[in-house]
Amino acid sequence: MIQLTQEQIDYTALTESVRSNQVGAVALFLGTVREVTHGRQTDSLDYQAYPEMAQKQLEKVEAETREQWPVEKMGIVHRLGHLDLGEISVAVAVSCPHRHQAFEAARYAIDRLKEVVPIWKKENWSDGTTEWVHPGSAESSSAVPPG
Amino acid sequence: MKVSVKLFARASELAGTNQLELQIPERSTIAGLRAEMLRSCPELSPLMESLHIAVGSEYASDDCYIEPDSEVACFPPVSGG
Repeated sequence: MIQLTQEQIDYTALTESVRSNQVGAVALFLGTVREVTHGRQTDSLDYQAYPEMAQKQLEKVEAETREQWPVEKMGIVHRLGHLDLGEISVAVAVSCPHRHQAFEAARYAIDRLKEVVPIWKKENWSDGTTEWVHPGSAESSSAVPPG
Repeated sequence: MKVSVKLFARASELAGTNQLELQIPERSTIAGLRAEMLRSCPELSPLMESLHIAVGSEYASDDCYIEPDSEVACFPPVSGG
C-alpha cells in the first residue's frame, strides 16, 4: 500500500496490513519530527509533495525493493501538511521470510524515498524563521542534511 | 510551444508562484527549458544548478526533449522522510 495523507499515520493498522502466516519477520520504520537539528530548535515542520509524481516514485521504490528482497507485503505512508514535534511523518512496513531481509528491505525503501520521492519539509524554527530543507542545494550554506 | 512548469517548495517561494507559463521552441531540450526559465524568472538563479526537472512524473536529464502537452515540474532537492 502506498499512501500520501494529511491525517495522522495509523502505524498499527499499517503493520497489521503486512502481517502474514507466510513470513517470520515484520520490520516497521517510523520517521518522527525531531526537536533539535544541529543545535537549532524546531517548533514544527510543514511537508509539501508533488502528489502525482510522489505516488509514482513511491510505487517504483516498492518495485525496486521487491526486486531485491523476498517481500511478502509492504506499505509506505507519508504524511503531508503541518506536523508538531514527535509526530510521525513517514512509516514503512515490510514483511519477509527472515528478519535480515525485512530490516534490509525497509532500510532500502526509506533511504530511496529520501533520495527520489518529491516531498519537501519546511523547518519552522523556534526563533520564528522558516526554511525549506533542500539537501545540497547551492543556495543555502546552512542547508540541513536529510533526516 | 507553450509549456506550464509546476514549481514546488523553495522554487515556488522564490518565484512567487506555483506555476510558470513559458513559450519555448518546438523540439526544446530540458537545457533549453532551464535557460528560458532563468530568462523569464531570474529569481530562480540561486537555486538553478540544484533544480530537478521532471517530465510526466519522471526525472528528466538536460538532453531530453520536451514533447508538446507534457506535464513539466521543477523542484529543488527532495527532503521527505
